[in-house]
Amino acid sequence: MHTHSIAAIRRHLSNGDYSSKELCAHLLARIKQLNETNNAFIEITEKEALSAAEQADNTRASGGAASLLGVPLAHKDIFCTKHVRTSCGSKMLKNFVPPYDATVVDKLAASGAITLGKTNMDEFAMGSSNENSHFGSVANPWDNARVPGGSSGGSAAAVAARMVPATTGTDTGGSIRQPAAFCGITGIKPTYGRVSRYGMVAFASSLDQGGPMATTAEDCALLLESMAGFDERDSTSIDQPVDQYSAELNRSLDGLRVGLPRQYFSSDLDAPIADALQQAIEELTRLGVSFVEVDLKNQSLAVPAYYVVAPAECSSNLSRFDGVRYGHRCDGPVDLEDLYKRSRAEGFGREVKRRILIGTYALSAGYYDAYYLKAQKVRNLISQDFTQAFENVDVILGPTTPTPAFKQGENSDDPVAMYLNDIFTIPANLAGLPALSAPCGFVEGLPVGLQLIGNYFDEARLLNIAHQFQQVTDWHLQMPADIRA
Amino acid sequence: MAVDEKTVAEVAHLARLQIDGELVSEYAREMSNVLALAETMNDIDTSDVEPMAHPTHAVQRLRDDAVTETNQREAFQQCAPSVEAGYYLVPQVIE
Amino acid sequence: MQWETVIGLEIHAQLATKSKIFSASSTDFGAEPNTQANAVDLGMPGVLPVLNREAVHMAIKFALATDADIGYRSVFARKNYFYPDLPKGYQISQMSLPIVGRGSVDVTLDDGAVKKVGLTRAHLEEDAGKSVHDAWQGQTGVDLNRAGTPLLEIVSEPDMRSAKEAVAYARKIHSIVRYIEICDGNMQEGSFRCDANVSVRLSGEKEFGTRAEIKNVNSFRFLERAINFEVERQIDILESGGEVIQETRLYDADKDETRSMRSKEEANDYRYFPDPDLLPVVVEQSLVEQLKQTLPELPEARKARLMQELKLPEYDAAVITADKATADFFESALDASGCTAKLASTWVTGELFSRLNKDGLDLSESPVDVERFSGLLARMHDNTISGKIAKQVLDQMWGSGSTADEVIDQEGLRQISDSSEIEKMIDDVIATNPSQVEEYRAGKEKLLAYFVGQVMKASRGKANPGQLNELLKQKLNS
Ligand SMILES: [Mg+2]
Ligand SMILES: [Zn+2]
Repeated sequence: MHTHSIAAIRRHLSNGDYSSKELCAHLLARIKQLNETNNAFIEITEKEALSAAEQADNTRASGGAASLLGVPLAHKDIFCTKHVRTSCGSKMLKNFVPPYDATVVDKLAASGAITLGKTNMDEFAMGSSNENSHFGSVANPWDNARVPGGSSGGSAAAVAARMVPATTGTDTGGSIRQPAAFCGITGIKPTYGRVSRYGMVAFASSLDQGGPMATTAEDCALLLESMAGFDERDSTSIDQPVDQYSAELNRSLDGLRVGLPRQYFSSDLDAPIADALQQAIEELTRLGVSFVEVDLKNQSLAVPAYYVVAPAECSSNLSRFDGVRYGHRCDGPVDLEDLYKRSRAEGFGREVKRRILIGTYALSAGYYDAYYLKAQKVRNLISQDFTQAFENVDVILGPTTPTPAFKQGENSDDPVAMYLNDIFTIPANLAGLPALSAPCGFVEGLPVGLQLIGNYFDEARLLNIAHQFQQVTDWHLQMPADIRA
Repeated sequence: MAVDEKTVAEVAHLARLQIDGELVSEYAREMSNVLALAETMNDIDTSDVEPMAHPTHAVQRLRDDAVTETNQREAFQQCAPSVEAGYYLVPQVIE
Repeated sequence: MQWETVIGLEIHAQLATKSKIFSASSTDFGAEPNTQANAVDLGMPGVLPVLNREAVHMAIKFALATDADIGYRSVFARKNYFYPDLPKGYQISQMSLPIVGRGSVDVTLDDGAVKKVGLTRAHLEEDAGKSVHDAWQGQTGVDLNRAGTPLLEIVSEPDMRSAKEAVAYARKIHSIVRYIEICDGNMQEGSFRCDANVSVRLSGEKEFGTRAEIKNVNSFRFLERAINFEVERQIDILESGGEVIQETRLYDADKDETRSMRSKEEANDYRYFPDPDLLPVVVEQSLVEQLKQTLPELPEARKARLMQELKLPEYDAAVITADKATADFFESALDASGCTAKLASTWVTGELFSRLNKDGLDLSESPVDVERFSGLLARMHDNTISGKIAKQVLDQMWGSGSTADEVIDQEGLRQISDSSEIEKMIDDVIATNPSQVEEYRAGKEKLLAYFVGQVMKASRGKANPGQLNELLKQKLNS
């Protein structure tokens, strides 16, 4: 039953084929076993999960029918969970147990979902390989020597290894989509403001957005229906009704116009990835989609702009971790300055410190205009490119990543090389647009993903296209050999 | 702009990060590389472009002026490194 | 050498909202430490600010009251620095686009001249917490109850030229924020705090001298003394060939001096940038119109009206309208008693205020409320009692809760206005003072006061003074 999708689990639970408690117990056993090799989980909340599952079964027995009643999932450890340690992958928060839940956690619980644990991640969501976790790196289930992607690497690996049918993730520059692509699963970053950021530890506030990760687009739709929505505790959350994503999955794609950005299909793109995308394009053409080229002319500046804006915001967001009210405090500080400097130096890992330094520099007197302000202007240009493109097309399609999952340690010496992994995913964050990654093939045994970028609040269409694609392909059903067994 | 070690030290102080020894030069090199990447933005003229701070064009929503929070000091201070008589303690601050 | 002082003030007025600017915690003063600090105030991970509507409305009211430009689109920015009472490592404030732009206020100086002082801006921001330094050995305690309390920081142009002008300006702002009820003005509790930027230059010089910023002065008296001390200090430095350095200084009231606050000085690179957790605040014209309707009559207008309609002297009108509660009290007392404006003004600002001062009470805590006070004025106005007796009556009302009429009746203090009764007393006095009568009639008119005194004494102060004068003159001159 660990291979069942959420859609299937809902049927089985309601048919009484198995109980939520049985399912959760089965998955928890898998999690404990597989975590030894892949390290996808930081925290396993077995006791709480089993008691919640039992309660869900009772609720169901007495007629309860919340949309995710008894459905197991796991949260990226960036979402605050009341009474459950929320580390954000950092030594800084190694002992942090929040007395409050993130809105996303609240909403999914209100829909009846059962949390099996917290998934591993790059520290404070900074990274594309999950190698920047204080709790150790995560192995890609398709090849344990390779990274699962990041920063939601644990969430992606957990789904790929069928430890849990779905997880939550967050995406600041591709952190849902890139690991989804590397692990052969489906993930969607919604429109900025669609999912509340309350209780989600901030990395870069104007870019961060939470979203679901699962095996299928259909499951993502089911989860997003529960996760999304206005939250009065988040000023940037948008007060607009949530679409019934799952109800729109079966719309025909006939007549849909999809844009192919010239810049995404340049000669630089790995040939095998280009081939996989070409096949997907042909598949979608058969479903009635027409393709036109679009121009995202400032695309090449997205990574540079992002690596100024995101560190700038992070440098300020992470100032609250000062060893005073919570979090790591150094031993025997001689004075206040020592308390700050050593607590922070010890509590944060290398990549986090690097980004804090870059961001602090970019905002400091004399450099603000040249870096931060410049990046904000470039951000506007990148956003305008999309606005123009969407005058002619309904959706944009391209690769999620320039390469399949790379080997652990391969990019860790050169931050810039690592940053360039995000080249296709970052633009949607800068513009605040929804974007989805779905499996579209394999390169040397490793999954690769296609990316769909939609107009604002067009999540339903992205999920619809991916779902229709998944009706005629089986890339999303593939599992690593040892998992299948 | 290439970042030198002195600049790393100044920025590290602003960010209250203790950075010692050879790490200073490593950070200097890494920061320089990232800033060089950022400087590719200078390839385009943005003098007529508005800076974009938010991806949406929404405006700030306002909250009613009502007190709905109750005292949760005990819960919040559970994870505090040093607390006494309800105060968070830090090494003596001299004013 | 002739030195000129240049002063600009930054005033932090705590807005009188019930909840904090970005959270739903209470802003009440004096609670147990950290019991009014919620997740947002504590800067817990993942939590987010949501702006209090009332704080925005109060800022707009201030703009309307000071003839200032309204920032129809204002932006919150983060001011980044580390300090234990600043939980997030940044203060949410406003930088390039404040909610209130340029404005001005008219300040009446001691010599009666009116000076227009420019306002540069006023912006919304959150307050920090409080540090307690002396309760632990080698440790500082941090209380974040105050963190997140809404402040309006009101920045003036460097238009003041003396400590007295600066104080007059600060009092004016104090009066305005209390008038429009956006701040309780309580300086002891820190609801109204002044920072003064002080510099000196040679008279005639165009450029400003280097300034020092004196932080957090919490009374008008200290403000004046702090500025005067600082001006002296700077002049001494300059006259002995030194250079003033730009720095933050703290006023020590016990020693009556300012001293350098080096701890706050270093690395003033605040790295302001727009707060990505908050969106631009857009103010609609209709809201401005609506708020305009709610504004009370402002001190200037009220003063002018009292002078014009009630023929109140400028000094009286200024004193009465400086504070809204006083002006309200005055006007209610006037209406209820039907007495003359001058009588009401003299009694409110004189007898009432001196008693309140003596007991250290605020007008709102007065033992004699406006209703009973009006009763007293009415009895003076209708000549039931004289002013002199009224003071005695007020004293008794102060401690007892009785009305003026009750005191007058109990004590038999009703004024004697029956002319035959007064005449009888005059006759007695004339009969018992023949030599003085002689002297008076011989031209020593000063003695009239002596006779008035004697008759008053005989009447135990109750004789109607006007009648008594009249009758006495008639009798003595006949
Ligand atoms: Mg200031
Ligand atoms: Zn301020």
